[in-house]
Amino acid sequence: MAILEVENIHKSFGKSEVLKGISFSLEKGNVLSVIGSSGSGKTTLLRCINFLETADVGRITVDGDTIFDSDAPSTLSARERRDKQLKIGLVFQQFNLFPQYNVLDNVTLAPRLRAKERADYKQNKKQIIGEIEVKAKELLDKMGLSDKLDHYPCQLSGGQQQRVSIARAMALEPKILFFDEPTSALDPELTGEILKVIRELAKEHMTMVIVTHEMTFAKEVSDHIVFMDRGVIAEEGRAQDLFENPQSERLKAFLNNLKN
Amino acid sequence: MTQFFQQFPVVFQSLNVGFLQTLKLFGATLLGALPLGLLISFGSMSKFKPLSIVTRLIVWVVRGTPLMIQLLIIFFFPGLVWGKPIWGGGESGRFLAATVAFILNYACYFSEIYRGGIQSIPVGQHEAAQVLGLSKSQTFFRVVLLQVVKRIVPPMSNEIITLVKDTSLARIIALQEIIWAGQSFMKGSHGIAGQIWPLFFTGVYYLLFSGLLTILFNRLEKKLDYFKV
Ligand SMILES: Nc1ncnc2c1ncn2[C@@H]1O[C@H](COP(=O)(O)OP(=O)(O)OP(=O)(O)O)[C@@H](O)[C@H]1O
Ligand SMILES: [Mg+2]
Repeated sequence: MAILEVENIHKSFGKSEVLKGISFSLEKGNVLSVIGSSGSGKTTLLRCINFLETADVGRITVDGDTIFDSDAPSTLSARERRDKQLKIGLVFQQFNLFPQYNVLDNVTLAPRLRAKERADYKQNKKQIIGEIEVKAKELLDKMGLSDKLDHYPCQLSGGQQQRVSIARAMALEPKILFFDEPTSALDPELTGEILKVIRELAKEHMTMVIVTHEMTFAKEVSDHIVFMDRGVIAEEGRAQDLFENPQSERLKAFLNNLKN
Repeated sequence: MTQFFQQFPVVFQSLNVGFLQTLKLFGATLLGALPLGLLISFGSMSKFKPLSIVTRLIVWVVRGTPLMIQLLIIFFFPGLVWGKPIWGGGESGRFLAATVAFILNYACYFSEIYRGGIQSIPVGQHEAAQVLGLSKSQTFFRVVLLQVVKRIVPPMSNEIITLVKDTSLARIIALQEIIWAGQSFMKGSHGIAGQIWPLFFTGVYYLLFSGLLTILFNRLEKKLDYFKV
C-alpha cells in the first residue's frame, strides 16, 4: 500500500486556481521528483501537503492515516493536528535555520520541546534529553558536520546550513521527507554536497518527495517523476521512461527548453 | 567662591533627593510600559480588525500629541471635570498620575518598536517552526523573541534614553524630581535663594545617567552579536 496518497488537491489564491486537481501516490522507500516550469504550482503543492497552505479541496493520506480531508472538517485539537503533521518533514529552499541556536540546538530544539509532552518526561528527563542529543549527533555526523556542532548558522556555508536543516527535519523521524528546491539557493559548487546527502538518504530507502530543477539529478535519484504544468500533472511515470520517452507535447517542450 | 563651596553640599543633598524621584519615575515607567507595549503591539497586529483599528488609533493619538498635555490632562481631568480627584493629594498623588501618563505614552512608543521588530522576522522562521511541530507560543518564545530583541535593542535604547530626559516633564505637575529640586534654589530653599547654577547642574545627572545606560545597551548589543538576523 502506498505510504502517501494525494487525491484531487485544488487550491486557489483569490481568483487564480493554482492547483487544479492533483492526485498521485508514493510507495514506501521510493523517491518522487516533481518537475515543471516556474509557476506551475510545485511549491504550492508541497505547502498544501505540509499544512503551510490549506487546500480548498482534496484528501491526503500518510501511512493509512488521513491527515487532511476537505470533506471531513477536522475536529482535531491543535496538538493532534501537529502530531499528524509530524509524519512528514519539509526542507526549505532557504534553509530557515534558527539563527540564535547553534547547530546541535537547531536539530534538538523541536525533539526536546516535543519530549516535554511525554508522560514520563519529568522522571526520565536526563535520559530522554541524552537520547535526543545522541541521535542528533548521529544525524549531524552523517551530514558530515560533527566538527560544527557548536557553530552558529551565520558561521556556516549555504551547503552546510542546508545539511543542518536536513538533519533538523530528520530528527523528528518523519515517514516522508519533502524538499523544495533544496539546492536553488546555493552556489553551483555547493549543490553537489546536498545532492550527495539526498542520494545517500535514497540508498537508505528514505521516502522522499523532491521539487527540483536539477534534471540529471532527478533522473538519477528518482523512482518516479511527476511533471506539473499550469496546475495539473501533465505526465508522470518512471524516471527513465519520462525523460527518454516523453509522451505529452508539454513535457517535450519543457525538456527541449532545458536543452537550449 | 567660598559661598559656592558652602552651598554645594546643601544643593547636592537636595538634588540627590530630586534625582531619586526622577529614577523612580523612570523605573516605574519601564516596568509598566515594557510589557504593556507588547500587549498593545499584539493588539495593533490582531487579525480582529476592530481591535487593531482601535489600538492603532490610540497609538496614533498618544504619539501625535505632546506628553506634557497628556500629563496635564491625566493629572487635572479627574478632579476638574469629573469632580473626582482620583490621584489623591501630595507628592504621592502627583507621582501616581505622572507614572500613569508616562506608562501610557511610552507603551505606545514601545509598541511600535515591538511591532516593527516582530514583523521584520522572516515568515520562513514561523514556517520552519510550524513544520517542526512547535506551537504558536513555543514559536514566539523559543524562535522569534530573541531575534526580535536583537533587532529592537538600538531603537529601544534611543527611546529609553529619551525617557531619562522626558521625566523632567513631570515638573509641570510639580512632581518633586530633580528639575523641581534645582529650580527651588532660585526662589529660595534651604536658606539659599537667587541661585541658578543648581538648575544647570542637574544636567550633569542626566548626562551621567544616560551615559551609563548607553554603556549598558552597548554591552547588550555585543552580547547578542554572536548571531545574525
Ligand atoms: N500566497 C500566494 N498568493 C497568491 N498567489 C500565489 C501565492 N503563492 C503562489 N502563488 C501563485 O501560484 C502560482 C504557483 O506558484 P508556485 O510557487 O507553486 O510555483 P512553482 O512551481 O513552485 O514555481 P517555481 O519553480 O518558480 O518555484 C504562481 O503563479 C504564484 O504567483
Ligand atoms: Mg517553487
